Amino acid sequence: MGSVSTYFENVKNAAVTIFEGMAVTLSWMFRRPITIQYPDRTPEPVKDTLPDRFRGILEVHIPACTACSACARACPIDVILVETQKHPSGKGRLLMRFDIDISKCMYCGLCTEACPTGCLRHTPVFEATGRDIHNLVVHFVDGPVVPYKHKKGRPVPASPPPGDIVQALLKPWDAEYVAWSPGEFVERDAGGGDGEKGAASPGKVEGGATGSGSG
Amino acid sequence: MGDFFEYLKSQWSFAQEHPALAFFLLVVGYGIVMIGFFSAFAGPVTWVERRVAGRMQCRIGPNRVGPHGFLQWLADGLKNFLKEDLIPNAADKILFRIAVYPVFAGVFLTFVVLPLGPWIVGADLSVGVVYLLAVTALVVTGIIMSGWASNSKWSLLGGIRSAAQMVSYEVAAGMALLTAIIPAGSLSFQDIIEHQGGWPWQWLVVYSPATFLAFFVYFTASLAEGNRTPFDLPEAESELVAGYNTEYSGMRFLFFAFAEWANLYVIGAVITAVFLGGWRIPGVDIATQTNNIWLQFAGAAIFLTKASVLVFVTIWLRWTLPRLRVDQLMLMCWKYFVPFGIGLVVLSLFWQVLAAAVPTWVTSAISVLLTLAGAALVAGMFWRAWYNIRAGKDAPVYTWLI
Repeated sequence: MGSVSTYFENVKNAAVTIFEGMAVTLSWMFRRPITIQYPDRTPEPVKDTLPDRFRGILEVHIPACTACSACARACPIDVILVETQKHPSGKGRLLMRFDIDISKCMYCGLCTEACPTGCLRHTPVFEATGRDIHNLVVHFVDGPVVPYKHKKGRPVPASPPPGDIVQALLKPWDAEYVAWSPGEFVERDAGGGDGEKGAASPGKVEGGATGSGSG
Repeated sequence: MGDFFEYLKSQWSFAQEHPALAFFLLVVGYGIVMIGFFSAFAGPVTWVERRVAGRMQCRIGPNRVGPHGFLQWLADGLKNFLKEDLIPNAADKILFRIAVYPVFAGVFLTFVVLPLGPWIVGADLSVGVVYLLAVTALVVTGIIMSGWASNSKWSLLGGIRSAAQMVSYEVAAGMALLTAIIPAGSLSFQDIIEHQGGWPWQWLVVYSPATFLAFFVYFTASLAEGNRTPFDLPEAESELVAGYNTEYSGMRFLFFAFAEWANLYVIGAVITAVFLGGWRIPGVDIATQTNNIWLQFAGAAIFLTKASVLVFVTIWLRWTLPRLRVDQLMLMCWKYFVPFGIGLVVLSLFWQVLAAAVPTWVTSAISVLLTLAGAALVAGMFWRAWYNIRAGKDAPVYTWLI
């Protein structure tokens, strides 16, 4: 092909390809965008579209927690803090503190695999934010509780639908940060019960908790 | 403007008693109205651009601020007002500060000659087209200043690219304009518009094959002069961060962006005036339109509609074509557009001689044929777009609205 015909071939190609390209882009002007407008204009709630085994924010169903700290040991990045203390009556233990720092959690799921009772689990909740990052530390225990002790033949306490516990504990995004302090010891039905009901003397359990949260 | 002032003098006794003061007030008022008007044009165009870009890329674009996101441009403008005006330590501070003004002035000075009606014009200069080419060259001064003063290699490269590009494409743009000026026989925008008629087959774009091709050449060349994609090499973000305005922030950055979008209108308006009949209303002769103020406003509306369509095409082109390489840009200019432009000028000259020799119905028939060709081009575009929509029929259909 001569150079003159190449020259005009180039001009023709440029014109035709620009024309075709513009036709393609124009056709998209008349089509509906595929954007899903998260979060407020989705066809159905985003929570309902999640897969069954979605790993969202962790939650603990405290009435079924044995305070074994297996989760804290399994966590590769020290997200979980479990503190236990000797029961004032001298017999058994008290679960003093169960914190999960969801701002650090990487949703690997190792803790849930370690949990013997299945009280620690991932939920479909995935929305949490805050002005103060310390507000993203979720405290699952307000005050000392008697941990669950499994007895043969008795079922593990039934838990509410996944997500309900942690959703109730998440603070509003603009909440002021207030340092957490352990509350009063309240005798509560820790699910299984271990025959110590009423044995513990009510009253604030002072510090000096034996930390067993290091993983 | 002069004609309007004569009219004012006959109606308003103050203008008779103090003609100088009245004229001064008129000019200042017109300037303020025009700057306000085109600010109000350039702003929403940014919104239009982002919405169109979104739709062409199968997404939505800004839709949160105001109805359909229309007030997004105000929010962005306000944000830029409140931002800190950073000046790099190593920059040439004076040059850095004043570099935005030539860019801004270069774009806004063109509004002096761009007419919206027989009277709605800043000044009907007898050398309007030359003036326009001269003041748009001012933009490149500002861009080189900003590139140099920023003391950043990205900025400098952007500025130099802009200079090379504008100097090159001005040749092609000038040739293409000349092709259309030859039949009009005047450099004044009003004369060029008055030479055309209101109907599409009376426009200069279909006057001869030369002007028909010159329309495309000028459109492409003015895109290159306005630093629009596919010729936005001076601000190629994938290569130069942001080019000449890399170091700018806050209001100064806004001025660059503002000038760029105002320039979109300038591109559309020049093509409308020179090629597409300007403010002429179909079926209304100039005398009628000049004597009726409402017809003048109708003509302005027609002018703005045509210019807006061209602005849309510019935006559409931006989201269709990828950016050219520097060597391709220069190759396109010097090997294709400049020889084409010279050829078109020569062809246009021959056409003048030919048109004088043949009966009028021959030239009219050619105009009608070219109009049909243009209509076929537009229809073909829509037909191809429709074909593309149907080809993508099995794409998922979404059942909720934007």
